[in-house]
Formats: sequence, structure tokens, C-alpha cells
Amino acid sequence: MAQTTFSKEELERYSRHLIIPEFNIEGQRKLKEARVLVVGSGGLGSPLLLYLTAAGVGHIGIVDFDVVDESNLQRQVLFGVENVGMPKVDAAKKRLESLNPHVEFETYNTMLTSDNALEIMKGYDLVADGTDNFPTRYLVNDACVILGIPNVYASIFRFDGQVSVFNYTDKEGVVGPNYRDLFPEPPPPGLVPSCAEGGVIGVLPGIIGSLQANEVIKVITGIGNPLVGRLFVFDALNFDTRTLNLNKNKNLKPITELIDYQQFCGIKPAEEKQEEVPVKEVSVQELHQLISDGEQYQLIDVREPYEYEISQINGELIPLSSVLEKANLISKDKKVIIHCRSGKRSADAIRLLQDTLGYNNLYNLKGGILAYAKEIDQSLATY
Amino acid sequence: MAKIIIPTPLRKFTEQTATIDSKSETVQAAIEDLAKLYPGLQQHLFDKEGKIRSFIRIFVGDDDIQALDNEKTAIQEDTVVSIIPAIAGGIS
Repeated sequence: MAQTTFSKEELERYSRHLIIPEFNIEGQRKLKEARVLVVGSGGLGSPLLLYLTAAGVGHIGIVDFDVVDESNLQRQVLFGVENVGMPKVDAAKKRLESLNPHVEFETYNTMLTSDNALEIMKGYDLVADGTDNFPTRYLVNDACVILGIPNVYASIFRFDGQVSVFNYTDKEGVVGPNYRDLFPEPPPPGLVPSCAEGGVIGVLPGIIGSLQANEVIKVITGIGNPLVGRLFVFDALNFDTRTLNLNKNKNLKPITELIDYQQFCGIKPAEEKQEEVPVKEVSVQELHQLISDGEQYQLIDVREPYEYEISQINGELIPLSSVLEKANLISKDKKVIIHCRSGKRSADAIRLLQDTLGYNNLYNLKGGILAYAKEIDQSLATY
Repeated sequence: MAKIIIPTPLRKFTEQTATIDSKSETVQAAIEDLAKLYPGLQQHLFDKEGKIRSFIRIFVGDDDIQALDNEKTAIQEDTVVSIIPAIAGGIS
């Protein structure tokens, strides 16, 4: 095979790599010959893609099904205001092509699933996982194991970050631990924080995604010691960093095929979801009508005070965790409409009040304040 | 005293305390005491059979207790115990 060569422009562009003795043109050649797939072009994917593109990885695949949203811009530095509403992969490709015209991009505007993962991932030398949910993390991991390629992993939540290099085969042919060696099973959905408790400090994906990009470059070029068999943990609040040792789990069943990851993570298909007792509901239009007609009703907002600060519709603020304690403030005589952000917590509050205190006058605001902002009052901020 | 480091996702159950001192002599006792001190942690740390959940890993120093003596791993005065939960990003 003919040796990969560089144009004058490329040599000048990459000169700060070429003059590092351990890196030099050999490292740059390996980068140019590499095919890297980045799954997720959000918080982690942004710095990852920017740095891999700038560094000169020859072929980069990007998988994302999402479109750019205003609330992404707090951390997804790949995108600008002009990209809001665009498919992320298209906006990313445009931005990255302007950063480095010597890189080839392939985009997959689709959700990675058990049906398409192997087809999309095969042919790549390495996958960098920057997704935001457990089913896709296990899917990426298992597909990497089946295809025998490394999975450069990074994950963030609020102020915590984790990085590792999974499923890496060393020069002796020894394969390092994978994600399932660390976490054999995901948390059940009830135990993971809800929309109100999520969130992430904007700069954290920048830090963790950059560390991830560094590991990708090390794995490709073979310089240094990749983070194999180790987990890097960062607590941004206390600036506490630890690098913990990981081992292979001998009791782990070999991974030989992809499974239904939604089911594995306890997320049931929509039609099976209705196990919970339904609650009485009102639509945002009905609420609006009640307000216009000057009807007697009470509106309770069961979100947290910091959510109330973002937007509110004159409900009485009683966070879900204190509804029983403050039930004396909730009327039993008139129509009471309870709302939260999307309708989930308010339904929980209603069930709790009905089951514990025998309320029968409670109505859930369908779709929560998000629906109200969309259908009735577009001046309300959504989050 | 040994130190237990609480990861940020679990700090809402520890009144935002990041580090908790422990006089316990084993990991099992330390984690059980922790769950007694902050009952909200119980269901996040232990399953119904009282075993440490499979999406939580406990490290003593830099090592996973599974590579040591599991829950019976001894902890000393200067031991740092890390609780590492699976995190997946914004959605989960």
C-alpha cells in the first residue's frame, strides 16, 4: 500500500504535532489513516469532534438523530444560534469542514439501534462514545466487543465525569475491560434522576470530552499509556480527581450478540407503560378557559423553586417532596389542578395525595408547563 | 478516620456533604452506617437482598473491592473509600 502523504498545507497545519519527537509525522500519518466514529454530537461530542478534526483524524463518522436546540448551546460549543432547528449531524459537518478541509466526514442522522449498530460501526478503527443514555452506552459497548474495536468512553452527570478506554487490545493481544466489566447492569429507570434532577454544568463536557479526545489520539497513534483498565473520575465541584483500577469480571457472560437495550435498561415500550393508575387530567386549553372564565380552582406547582424561577404560571409552589407535609394548603372542596414541567411528577403527586389522604378533586395538567408554553403562552421559557 | 467520598449524583441524599468520615473497620459496615446516617441512600446503594447494587462500584484506595476482599475489605484510618455510580449523561 502506498504510504500516506501530506500536502504542503497539511504539513504546515499539523506542524505543531510534527515537531513533537514522540509524535512526528508517523503519529500524524496514523491519524490521517484512522477512521473514528463519534456517537453523539452533543456536550461530549462537541469538543471531541472539534479536537479530532483539528488534529487531523482522516475519516470521522458522526451519529446523532437529534436537532440543535436552544438549550444545547450552554455546552455544545460545536453549534451556534444559526444552527437551532438543524439536524446536529448537518450542523456539525458544516462547522467541522470549515475547521479542517482535509478531513472526510460521514454522517448518520439516525438513532443507533441494535438493528443498525454493527452495520454503521464496522469499518471504523475506534468508537468514541459521547451519548447521554444507558441503552445506547450498553449498545455501543457490546457492538465494540463484537467487532473487536476499542470504545473510548466518557460520561458526565451534573458535576461528575468519567473517562476510560474499553475493549482495547494491547500488543500482546490481551483485551482490556469493557463497560460491562465495570457496570454489569444499568440502574433501573426509577432510580435515575428525573428531568428535574438532571442537568450538567456547561464546561464539564468540555473538560471530559477533551480528555476523551486525548485518549482517542493516544489509542490511534500508540503514544503514551492509554486509560485501559483504569477509570478516571472527576468531581468538578471539589476539583477531586481519581484514577481507579478496573478489572475484568470473570463472571460476565461473553457478549456475542446485540440485545433489546431498551428492555435491558428497564425502559418499556410506550404501549406497555400504562401500569400506573391513570389520574384525571385537564388540557392546557381547559386550564386557559378556566382562567378566562374566572372559575374557582386552585393551581399547584409541584416543581422545585429553581424551576419556578425559570418560568411559572401563578401556581402555588409545593415541591413534590413536601406535598404530604403541606397538604393542608391543598383544597379538598374545589377543583385542584396540579402541574409540573411535563406532567410526570404532578401525576405522582396526585396518586400520593389520593392514596394517602383520600383526595378526589385533583386534576393533572396534561403536558405540564411545557405544553402551556407551547400552546398558550409562548413568552414562557422552556427548559 | 477513613473517608468515604460521595459522588455528586448521590449528594442530594447526604445534604450535599461530599466526604463522610467513618470509624468502621470494613467496607460493608462503612456503607451500612452511611445508609443509616442518610436513609435516602439505602435504596440507591443496596438491592432488596441487601447486596450492593450492580450499578454502584466501591473502591478502596485505587482498587475495586471485588479485586480485594469484596464487602469484607478492611479499611484503615487513612483509607479513602470511593462510591462510583454508573452515569450516562443528561437523559439516562
